[in-house]
Order: sequence, then structure tokens, then C-alpha cells
Amino acid sequence: MPFALNKLNAVLILLALSSTPYFLQAKDSETKENLKAEIKEYISHHLEDAHDYNLFSFTNDIGEHVYIGIPLPIILWDKGLHVFSSSKLNHGASVAHVDENHYKLDHGKIYKTGVLGVINYDDSHHATNLAPLDLSITKGVASMLLISALMFFLFSNLAKSYATNGAVPKGIGRFFEPIVLYIRDEIAIPNIGEKKHGKYMNYLLTVFFFIWFLNLIGLTPLGVNVTGNIAVTFGLALLTFIITNFTGTKDYWLHIFDPLGGSMNWYAKIPLYIILIPIEVLGIFIKPFSLLIRLYANMQAGHIVLMSLIGLMFIFKSWLGSPLSFGLAFAISIIELLVALLQAYIFTMLSALYFGFAAEEHEHH
Amino acid sequence: MVGAGLVVIGVGMGIGRIGGSAMEAIGRQPDAYGKIQTAMLIAAALVEGIGFAALFAV
Repeated sequence: MPFALNKLNAVLILLALSSTPYFLQAKDSETKENLKAEIKEYISHHLEDAHDYNLFSFTNDIGEHVYIGIPLPIILWDKGLHVFSSSKLNHGASVAHVDENHYKLDHGKIYKTGVLGVINYDDSHHATNLAPLDLSITKGVASMLLISALMFFLFSNLAKSYATNGAVPKGIGRFFEPIVLYIRDEIAIPNIGEKKHGKYMNYLLTVFFFIWFLNLIGLTPLGVNVTGNIAVTFGLALLTFIITNFTGTKDYWLHIFDPLGGSMNWYAKIPLYIILIPIEVLGIFIKPFSLLIRLYANMQAGHIVLMSLIGLMFIFKSWLGSPLSFGLAFAISIIELLVALLQAYIFTMLSALYFGFAAEEHEHH
Repeated sequence: MVGAGLVVIGVGMGIGRIGGSAMEAIGRQPDAYGKIQTAMLIAAALVEGIGFAALFAV
């Protein structure tokens, strides 16, 4: 089957391409004793947000680091708004002169410095320079904007195509329609109920595709780790928290503050409620908190495992070790593709479950 | 460190049991496949959360 072979080749080329950033970075190291520390630093650097898209870097003949990537805008609030390109910071190598101010990058953070760009450290090696309020379009923010724009055009076109094409999906819609239907019929309706699921559907669909696409973009050579950033998952969980509690019915709040209802006398309830109500109130916060930690930890852990396996290649440096770690990295990549979908599904599923609690209405007994 | 390892062992056993029981249940009631899978994933996700909490406490 030549067609299938072509497809396989395409996959292999993609895989080879996606691992080039790691190759080129790790080849820099000449000394073996520094290799482990360097791999460790590289992994932690990859997990953090950055001020530019760094595709790969290498050391040239005269011994200086060359970074190949896309610079992003930096927006600082420091007694007035300062906007400049992150190429001015040059990955911490040079000082940016902007509107008579000087800024320097140190360990991923921007600090205000003098003309020479000296950064002072205290005893525990924290920079003591003033840090301006950083509102930059970082790598993560840029990825999120990209995905949002993609989703906006994709799904608004999809919705329009239903109007013109006699309610028959075409093109990419044939791929997405079953997924949308699955979320409605298997996630929203069983958990929230036939009557009320409609008003939650737009959030559930948005959050599902947003997380899924962001997880997938994290597996590309762009090397972004957006859903593995606790601030992003915090924002998503906060949305679920707000929607749950602002659409909560009378029965939802009664369940929290009067879980036993009319089945007991009020004086018998008092000793029980001293324990029960704090637990229920804590539960309001623990539910979105578990969402936040689960998504963050899963994506973070996936990236660490993948990068560590690729890093093993440079530690083994043998004909036996490298194919082994490549094979493992390949297998983990496939699992990560599944995890990307699974985590989006779980987040949506649990959000729907919480909305179901908020929307519950039962007959009073 | 040792405690985190113990927690991960526990979480592994827990998720293993959840998965195993789900398999058995699907074997008995193949029609309820979808519902069992959903319940299994929720339970597994909740157990997994404890594992991550332990790992991050290290």
C-alpha cells in the first residue's frame, strides 16, 4: 500500500522534526559532567513560560549562542506603558533601552536595571532589583490567542455551513460533529439533565476544545506548555467555579447549608451541622481546586517524562541506549496524544457534573 | 520522599482495581459499556488527584 507508506513517512518526518529542538540544544554541551545539570535546566526552562517562541538554539564557531525563534511583544507597566519587542532583551544577554528606562531578563523575569544592566542578588539568590508589572504577550498567551482565533473561525464557519448546506456537515465539520454530539449526549444530558443542559453547552464545548487544542499544541515543536501552567488551569477552574455558584438553584444552596432538610428536628441538627456545613462549604472550593491541580499536574508530568526520556539519549550516548530512549519517547508521545484528549474530556465531564449539582431541583419531601 | 512513593503505590493499586472492576463489569453487562467507562474515568481521576497531591508535596 504506497499510500499508507507515505502517511507513515510523513509521521516519521514529523517526529524527527519535532525532536530537532532537543537535539540541537543538548549538543551544545561539551563537558560530560555538566550534561545532567544542563538537561535538568533545559527541562525546567521548557516547562516555564517565556517571552519568545524559541524553536532551537546552537553555539556558533566563535562560541556565542544563537537563538532561532519568533520574538513576541513585551508590555510593561512602569509609571507608564512601555511596549517593545522581546528581541531587544536578547534572552537575557543584553539590556533593553526603552524610553530612558533599562530592563534586563533574568531567569525568565524582567527587572529594571541601570545602564549597565547589573542585577543584584540577596543571600538566597533572589534578584533585588525592581520588577515592573509584566503584562507581556508571552509564549503561553500568544498560543492561547492563536488557539482562540483558530477556534473562533473554525466553529463560526462550521455553524454557518449548517445554515447553507441543509444541516449536513461538510469538510472539517464531519470530524467535529460527532465530538460535539458526544459532549451533548454523553456528557451534558446525563449529568445536567434534559431540561437545563442547553445553557451550559456553550461553556462545555468551548472548554473542551480549548483544552484539547492547547494540549495538542504542547506536543508540537513550538514547545509551549500552556495547560501545564498552573495560572492557566487556575483561570479555567475559576470559570467553572463561577458558573457553578452563580447558576446554583435554591436546592443547591439548601443542600450545602441544610443537607438533612425536614427529616430532623432543628435542635438535633445543630451538633451535626457544626461538622457538616464547614465540610460542604469547603467542598465548593475543593471541587474546582481538584480540576485545577489535575489538569496542571497531568500535563506537567507528561512534558517532564517526555523531555527526560529524550534527555536520556545524551546521557547514554550509545547504540543501545539511544534507540531505547527514542522508542520510549515515541511510545510516551502516543500516550500523550491520548492524555491530551482524556484530560480535556475529564475536565469537561467533571465541570458538567458540578453544573449538574448546581442545576438540581428535586421535589420537596 | 518515601511517603510519596508509598502514596504512588497506593494510587497505582487503586487505579488498577478500578480498571479491573470496570473490565469485569463490562464483561457482565456489555450494554452498559458507556456508563461504566464514565464512572471508571471519574473514579480514576479522583484517585489520581491524591497521587499528584503527594508528588507535589515532595
